[in-house]
Amino acid sequence: MDILIYGIINSISLALIAIGFALVYGISRLANFAHGALYVVTGFIVWSILNILQINYILSIVLSLIIIGIIGAAIYQFILIRVRGMAISEIIASYAIGLAMLEGLRWGGFKGMTYTLPVFIEGSIEISGIPVDFQRILVVLIGVLVVFLLWLFTHYNRIGLALRGMAQDERAAMMLGIDSDRMALVAMALGSLLAGLAAVLLLPMGNIVVEAGYNKLIMAIAVCIVGGLGSWVGAVLAAFLIGFAQIITVKYIASHFHMVVALLAIIITLIFRPSGLFGRQKELEERV
Amino acid sequence: MIEERRKERLDRGIKVRTEGIYAISSWEEMGYLLLPRLALICGMLAIPLVIPSLYWQRVISIVCIYSLLALGFDFLAHFLGLVSLGGAFFIGTGGYIAAILNTSLGLPPVLTLPVATIGGGAICTLLLYPCLPLRGVYFAIVTLMYPLVLARIIEALDIMGGTEGILGVASFPNRWIEQYGILVIVIVSLFGLRRLVNEDIGLVFRGVKDNDQAVKASALSINFYKSIAVFIASALGCLGGAYLAHIYMWSGISQFALDFSIIPIAATVIGGGGTLVGPILGCFILVPISELLRAFGTLRIVFYSLILVAFIVFRSEGIMVYAQRKYHQFERWVKV
Repeated sequence: MDILIYGIINSISLALIAIGFALVYGISRLANFAHGALYVVTGFIVWSILNILQINYILSIVLSLIIIGIIGAAIYQFILIRVRGMAISEIIASYAIGLAMLEGLRWGGFKGMTYTLPVFIEGSIEISGIPVDFQRILVVLIGVLVVFLLWLFTHYNRIGLALRGMAQDERAAMMLGIDSDRMALVAMALGSLLAGLAAVLLLPMGNIVVEAGYNKLIMAIAVCIVGGLGSWVGAVLAAFLIGFAQIITVKYIASHFHMVVALLAIIITLIFRPSGLFGRQKELEERV
Repeated sequence: MIEERRKERLDRGIKVRTEGIYAISSWEEMGYLLLPRLALICGMLAIPLVIPSLYWQRVISIVCIYSLLALGFDFLAHFLGLVSLGGAFFIGTGGYIAAILNTSLGLPPVLTLPVATIGGGAICTLLLYPCLPLRGVYFAIVTLMYPLVLARIIEALDIMGGTEGILGVASFPNRWIEQYGILVIVIVSLFGLRRLVNEDIGLVFRGVKDNDQAVKASALSINFYKSIAVFIASALGCLGGAYLAHIYMWSGISQFALDFSIIPIAATVIGGGGTLVGPILGCFILVPISELLRAFGTLRIVFYSLILVAFIVFRSEGIMVYAQRKYHQFERWVKV
């Protein structure tokens, strides 16, 4: 039973982290290696607003989500747009941006146990004998809500539909008058916002540490590869697969193997089904 | 009306002459070919003699280790189209192999270096093999993950010395052997790789990068050629790692540190990708700066990353490509 409950919670947190990466990659074919950095930066922005400006928690969260969205858009507009389509430069540039942000934070003294965010609602309840705190329940609820809203957005909104069009066939979308650069900008802003949202939801359950930036990036990538790069449905399902695999490993083997599960999942996927669980349409493009 | 002009670039006559047999027609042509090469070799060999302090001589060895990594990165990125974000993975593998061989079997550096090079290259190639049949970002992703995960595993399981690392690795007999050894290794690998990419196999490598379907249509196995190239690059990195373990007389998880991943990339971009000389030049510029900035801690990495972004966005050709252009071509303004 505890495997089921913690598995669901872990899976939804993974899905929250991964969906932003999947969104950006799916729409603009841009592997955003700064995703983990955006996650951590959001945590520090919330912390700073909360502790330096001393304003309402919810207000500061909204404010920092807006800020991180703008940061993501700025990264695209001023840097990544210039190297778009050049695979080597894209990877190096986004990786370097992420490193600069993370190591800059580390240098700025943000390390150790001192930086924590308060939980939204204190307390916990027991679900069939297992204590679960409200923050984790909130993660599950908001996670499901986010996935549902994203589905609504991409199916019943002009911009969302344009984004999906881009994801399916960029050239055809451009012929229909969809501005590819603007949509990629929107995607990047949205992806950063989702990274920020994941941070806001997950960080109150632990400390804000710089290392999380690398770990979350790896988790996001693992989920996206297993699910098929660029496939959103695949990302959500793969999050459940990896999430449960992790919880089972932690319970029956050792908690150190948390990360190894992700790596193994990637390797196994690459060997047996390189395009991922749901990446069928891109199989020809990616496999030589 | 403004007269419109454009810049025209033409190869120098001597450049064209030196491409064929006429290169040996006079001292001028031979000098044109030999001068840059000799300047590089002599310059590198003279460095340990002109640098007085022991500290900076040690830095030169480190520069050379980074140069090996950067060479491997440039080779993979610009001839195979594979971007490796995990130079630290190669360094760590080589370092640990050399350290284990030396401390538990008692092999001297003369034996551990080649074994670590070949064995480490084989291990890295085997571990990276699953992502070789794929195009796109998979290689970058997997190489990014390995050093982080391996460091975590060693830390958690407390194997191979755990967080302490493996102490008591033998050092080189004296500092001259240490320095000239690595300098000669860098020079040999540089010219060896340059020769390799101009052979037939180099053509196949470039084919894999530019049009893999065509390579496949020629009945050549892409996986095979990619694994050869990954083996060469990772063997270079492992050699560097083994050397590092012997220089510091220690091998530990800090060999999986980010510095080893980011500096070679930055050096390649600054020095000029695709030239193979450029990355070495970049290392000779960046690593000493990094030593000067040691007091700033991780701010160094921020500094490289920002330089890297600036170069890749605004000056993506790099120093060496620019220098080669000036050397081989002349420019003039002509009316449109």
